[in-house]
Amino acid sequence: MSIVSRNLTYAQALNETLHQLLENDKKVILIGQGVISPWYVGTTTAGLIDKFGDKRVIDTPVSENAITGVAVGAAIAGLRPIVEHPRMDFMHLAMDQIANQAANWYLMFGYRVSVPMTIWGIINRGGEQAAQHSQALQAMYAHIPGLKVVMPSTPHDVKGLLVASVYDDNPVLFIDDRWLYQFEGNVPEELYSEPIGKGVIRKEGKDVTIVATSYMVHEALEASSILEKENIGVEVIDLRSLKPMDEELLFESVEKTGRVVITDGGWKTCGIAAEVSALIVENAFGYLKSPILRVTLPDTPAPASSVLEKDYYPNSGNIIAAIRKLLNKG
Amino acid sequence: MILKDYCKPIDETEAEELEDSILVDMYVKMMKIRMVEEQIAELVERGEIVCPCHLYTGQEAVAAGVCASLSNDDYAFSTHRSHGHYLAKGGGLKALMAEIYGRETGCSRGNGGSMHLVSPETGFMGSSAIVGGSLPIAVGAALASSLRDNGRVAVSFFGDGAATEGVLYESLNFAALKNIPVIFVCENNFYSTHMHISSIQSSVEIHEKAEVFSLPSFRIDGNNVVEVYKTTRNAVGHARTGQGPTFIECITYRWRGHVGPKRDLEKGLRTAEELEWWVSNCAVKRMEDFLFTAGKMTMKEKDEVVRKIDGEIQEAIAFAKESPYPKTTEYRRKVFK
Repeated sequence: MSIVSRNLTYAQALNETLHQLLENDKKVILIGQGVISPWYVGTTTAGLIDKFGDKRVIDTPVSENAITGVAVGAAIAGLRPIVEHPRMDFMHLAMDQIANQAANWYLMFGYRVSVPMTIWGIINRGGEQAAQHSQALQAMYAHIPGLKVVMPSTPHDVKGLLVASVYDDNPVLFIDDRWLYQFEGNVPEELYSEPIGKGVIRKEGKDVTIVATSYMVHEALEASSILEKENIGVEVIDLRSLKPMDEELLFESVEKTGRVVITDGGWKTCGIAAEVSALIVENAFGYLKSPILRVTLPDTPAPASSVLEKDYYPNSGNIIAAIRKLLNKG
Repeated sequence: MILKDYCKPIDETEAEELEDSILVDMYVKMMKIRMVEEQIAELVERGEIVCPCHLYTGQEAVAAGVCASLSNDDYAFSTHRSHGHYLAKGGGLKALMAEIYGRETGCSRGNGGSMHLVSPETGFMGSSAIVGGSLPIAVGAALASSLRDNGRVAVSFFGDGAATEGVLYESLNFAALKNIPVIFVCENNFYSTHMHISSIQSSVEIHEKAEVFSLPSFRIDGNNVVEVYKTTRNAVGHARTGQGPTFIECITYRWRGHVGPKRDLEKGLRTAEELEWWVSNCAVKRMEDFLFTAGKMTMKEKDEVVRKIDGEIQEAIAFAKESPYPKTTEYRRKVFK
């Protein structure tokens, strides 16, 4: 097999993956609000409807709950549907189908009927969109047993994790942040799969570990580059999969650095950062040299005004401040 | 108030075109569901069954008539009141009883209980205890059939309570819009848990609420198994030939309360007079009277049917009680496939 790799943007990689999945497997369908509309999904679905037709690329009415249920039923009947939600805010309306139906079906029915569906949840924030068009709800879904949750941060992983999500026999929430769409990276042309449940070290370091999700991985790398000039070695872990989570990778890094900052683009209370923190305290407390700090959204709805948005969304500056605080306390 | 018009004796001319074997089979199914439910009621009353059971007594003609018009491969999805649908769609009695007893041999390995029954081999793909929860799922299974062009249809069973859930209207719109081979079977038993339909629905004409989505919609006597069968058979034919969904509102009545063996009379939720009227218009009895009158079944044959079912029930109870409980080591490891 020849391995052809090119540089693609994250959005191009996602688009290519959807094309290849639909091309290679008749069981794959794409269904959701705006799957043919640039307002909802950018360029990630470009060309799909022309190539595969409106039977397999189904733009739907604004009926989040029923449409998600349709995907559940299609999965039960043997297809591998991808149901797209243009903003995670709108997914609240589909919570019954996701949390009560899809996530429970396999265990509730004695492991006899599985729901191999991919829920493509898009985070689309910034640009003064305010509280109902900005939400990053990974923690709510990671809380639910029976649902896997992944958040790729690179063009390479968006392809590998989408393929893995579609071919997983369980419901998988594949969360995609539109702030990632312009990032470029090396992407093999062939279809390949990245394992769900495995994180990756994006940068090695000896002094502090930053555990990051999704877009925050890039802010963490930025922080790490800046601190490198001061001879502070920052290790950056990209979680990639929130459920199941690569606990071993976390503990090994904590053993090495003894200091942890966790950064996630969701809210703080009962969030992903809280979960990671608890896991480390329960399992690697003895290695900690200082308290664990969290860099997340404040516990408020997203405000609209650009000035407020700038304050609301955490960035590399907040991560650097957290690390300095830890090292001074060290 | 309504609908005593919907309870008339079964007319011989309606059943004329149907083969005797279909008519007798539907009667046997109804009788089986009735006897199973009444046995479960007794077991719950005796405290032998702990799991909450939403009994189907009184509504048997709907499950029996609808499922008689389906093939084994067709899909059915149901609700918290699912024993009748599960049995009518071919689910095994032993696995049902073991599930209600919380045993490893149950159809859902003791994970589901009475409200979550499944029999994938016979197309019964699950029952959801969230009102309206399985409605869009049935639409999705039917969508998969139409994409694969395999001719399978899907049936969604739900109650009148689901007519106050938004997901019904989302599902109807999408199914009609995309011409999906699904049959919506609404069992209007007049009560949504403790609430009478007239106290919670601005209009009680549920079939009219479906009709506005531009699909064929009927209100029928849900206690007339012949009418249920014929209406569903037409809907199935319609769906199989690419003509899309149908909505069928079946007027019926549950004899027992919302959950458990009691009648909900003691709670003052309905009158004894109302219940007695429906009991006197029993769906099983109506079919039995018809079969006797039409000379399609003798008293001796009926006794044999009852004896055989009773034997199966006792065997199923014994099987359940002898079965082991699920191991506590399994469910924690098997959250994911």
